[in-house]
Amino acid sequence: MKQYDKLIFELSKKGRMGYSLPENKLPEYSFKAIPVALQRSLETGLPEVSEPEVVRHYTNISNRNFGLDTGFYPLGSCTMKYNPKINEEIAALPAFTSLHPLQPAETAQGALEVYYNLSQSLAEIAGLAAFTLNPFAGAHGELAGLMIMKQYHMKRGDLKRTKVIVPNSAHGTNPASAMVCGMDVVEVQSTPEGTIDVEALKPLLDETIAGIMMTNPNTLGIFETEILEIAGLVHAAGGLLYYDGANLNPLLGQCRPGDMGFDIMHINLHKTFSTPHGGGGPGSGPVGVAQRLVEYLPNPQIKKEGDRYFFVNGKDAIGSVSGFAGNFGVMMRAYTYILSLGKENLRQVGELATLSANYIKESLKEYYELPIKGICKHEFVFDGLADKSTGVTTLDIAKRLLDHGYHAPTIYFPMLFHQSIMIEPTETESLETMDEFIEVMKKIAIEAIEDPQTVKTAPHTTPVRRLDETTAARKPILRYVDLLNDTPES
Amino acid sequence: MHNYFPQTDADIATMLQRVGIGSMDELFAEIPESVRLRKDYDLPSSLSETEIREFFAALGDKNKPLTCFAGAGAYDHYAPAVIAQILLRSEFYTSYTPYQPEIGQGTLQYIFEFQSMISGMTGMECTNASMYDGATATAEAMFMAVAQAKKKNKVLISATVHPNVRAVVDTYALFKGIEVSEIAEKNGVTDKADMEAQLAVGDVAGVIVSTPNFYGILEDYSGYSEAVHGSKALLIMHADPSALAVVKSPAEWGADIACGDGQPLGMPLNFGGPYVGYLSATKDLVRKLPGRIVGATHDVDGKRAFVLTLQAREQHIRREKANSNICSNQSLMALYVTIYMALMGPEGLKKVNELSYSGAHYLLDELVATGAFTPAFDQPFLKEFAVRTTLDVKKLQSKLIKKGMLGGIALGSYKKGMEDCLLFCVTEKRSKAQIDQLITIIKEEML
Repeated sequence: MKQYDKLIFELSKKGRMGYSLPENKLPEYSFKAIPVALQRSLETGLPEVSEPEVVRHYTNISNRNFGLDTGFYPLGSCTMKYNPKINEEIAALPAFTSLHPLQPAETAQGALEVYYNLSQSLAEIAGLAAFTLNPFAGAHGELAGLMIMKQYHMKRGDLKRTKVIVPNSAHGTNPASAMVCGMDVVEVQSTPEGTIDVEALKPLLDETIAGIMMTNPNTLGIFETEILEIAGLVHAAGGLLYYDGANLNPLLGQCRPGDMGFDIMHINLHKTFSTPHGGGGPGSGPVGVAQRLVEYLPNPQIKKEGDRYFFVNGKDAIGSVSGFAGNFGVMMRAYTYILSLGKENLRQVGELATLSANYIKESLKEYYELPIKGICKHEFVFDGLADKSTGVTTLDIAKRLLDHGYHAPTIYFPMLFHQSIMIEPTETESLETMDEFIEVMKKIAIEAIEDPQTVKTAPHTTPVRRLDETTAARKPILRYVDLLNDTPES
Repeated sequence: MHNYFPQTDADIATMLQRVGIGSMDELFAEIPESVRLRKDYDLPSSLSETEIREFFAALGDKNKPLTCFAGAGAYDHYAPAVIAQILLRSEFYTSYTPYQPEIGQGTLQYIFEFQSMISGMTGMECTNASMYDGATATAEAMFMAVAQAKKKNKVLISATVHPNVRAVVDTYALFKGIEVSEIAEKNGVTDKADMEAQLAVGDVAGVIVSTPNFYGILEDYSGYSEAVHGSKALLIMHADPSALAVVKSPAEWGADIACGDGQPLGMPLNFGGPYVGYLSATKDLVRKLPGRIVGATHDVDGKRAFVLTLQAREQHIRREKANSNICSNQSLMALYVTIYMALMGPEGLKKVNELSYSGAHYLLDELVATGAFTPAFDQPFLKEFAVRTTLDVKKLQSKLIKKGMLGGIALGSYKKGMEDCLLFCVTEKRSKAQIDQLITIIKEEML
């Protein structure tokens, strides 16, 4: 196929149009009547293109993208599982997409039932009392969850609890969410095995601690086996436990965060519940809480009385975190997924995802350095090549994988290791796909010794090759007009 | 095995053997037995695709389709057929954030186009890769202003900003420890004198206003940027990007930050989401912008390419020192509005506004002609307006719904003293015949 790299603006020609609008039957009402001082005089710079050109343009640039439907996407911590097509069909039903967010509850009972039943299903899976589906993403759920934590202490008059404990292996959003919530972050160290050091945790637990944020299994794919002791210690010190649901997938059917002692959690519907990542969104980050925190959930809160569903604003709610009630279209997909799998298949998700991760780990551990041995959960981390003598880095390996038709794993995270390669296959990859991936990973490891230059200069076959990111950051070009005005440095 | 799981029993046996264990259960041996789930979830059994279709068709029947004369932050504009089709290209929708730019140019390029187009609409110099929605974008704009001001910790927000946006700003501010103070409204618009008085008190980092405002009014913000900048604060303008095709842009008003929701750019109502927030700013605030930003660059062969840039601002680098915790965007929805703006172009968007304006002003005249309605404010508006009525608001709404119409939004639950007010909206999707039908039903109610 031919290389295509045009921008839509480069197809523009004055007089072309891509829309179809009716004639104005009421021409006597003209917006020209708006006072001139309130009218726009600035050009918008929008392109003028015809409909077929728009279709071909976006089809062509889609060919420059790698999606989960293109190939294996072992991106650790992102749970890139298959996005079922029935989900898309259901989410596009006009009986739902045409609903205005403020139309009376009586006229939106079907949609409200979806919202309510999904929140109840998540509560059952999480072992918690209730869920809000309003947060838009995982990080947004973290923020809403920490607000609930803070509100709980404030409502009890316990105002000195301003600190949140975060493991040093945590996702960057954990400390950032705490900051946005106006709380201070205290890091707790990990043991050499990558789990929370309970002895290091104990002295941190005083009357200024609001709670702890944990991911279990953690970002190394290791289950925190001392979770019950940790929960006991944190609760005894008056704190709450927050569960970052980024790694919930392996626990489906195996255990529930609520049963482990967690008080608040978020779930990434775009990870565990198969909704598409969409190139970075829209996601959905529902937040669940234990019974004593239900009243603090953000507005609007879903209620059911008899057979009737409706939203209310609660007086002790943290407030609102969304303009309306979240990414409803994403909820439709997740609910479809839960109903499609049903209880029998949901319980297999965790097993199959965990087995797949361990299979890849065991198949490659002679070739790549495996810092944490033993059974992992849904993902695991290599610390670069086993033989690093030729200087081939994790970045080089990631780029070389692109040449072989794979998306790269997550790299340089967690930061506990210098050369992290984090691999998560999920439960929807076949043995053959994994075997082919394993063979390619071995081939790259051998190539790194025999022909390191080819690996260090990869990728070679992608639409573009390694990019000059330094210049992009030093001299930002963020709009088409900046690109037009850009004069190459000589 | 379920159709989503490719593993056969033989595959599972092969994998167990490689891992060196005898059963699946051993994969979870380290989980304390007291918390192991030894039963199925209390959830329904698996449904087949046919059953799924029947299930949701039945649920859909519990919703009532209505002809929409409501706005208040969610607008029923026309969506060209092209958009939904392109959005189903799974190269787009099944991809992740473009961390590997060599195989993510499709996403990176449309985000660059999105940033370019939104910057064009707002008139601002830079735009990020999108935000969750208009309300959270406004809250993040507040954070930018406070971060820029360094030691000032107060933000003023006009009473004419949408109450739902205000609620999110209030929540974010409360927990972050920022003080929010309301600027009074007067005849449906921001009371400039009140703003100036509050600015004079000092400690103000930013001022938030909107265009069109909650009542659909086009406010005259002459002199605002001078007053706000005179107090070394930033002017933040929440704006409907569709309306910006014809109404004065945030840049023309002298705003430092523009924010809002892309929903009016032809996005389905979808019961409130997913929509797409946007956040634009002047050039000198670029390093204060939260979230993803895409920049142009080139590859080692000199080919033009796009990449996530200025990442030193973000949470995965700065962790607790970051100014925002956002680590995604509404990428696919940004693609939606990008295709929309490409199709509509400057002329199409002008026409959308012209048709909406004509319909809305016709509806107002017809409502007034019934004798039961008067304009709530004597102010210029585009597609949305508030009216007072002598009719019983609740009864009128029920009557309209019975006839398949979503009439105006009752303002009583948002604003004290407006219990007899309705907020109507007319977009280019509403025909003259539909407006006439609405009036006929209202006249019946008056009998």
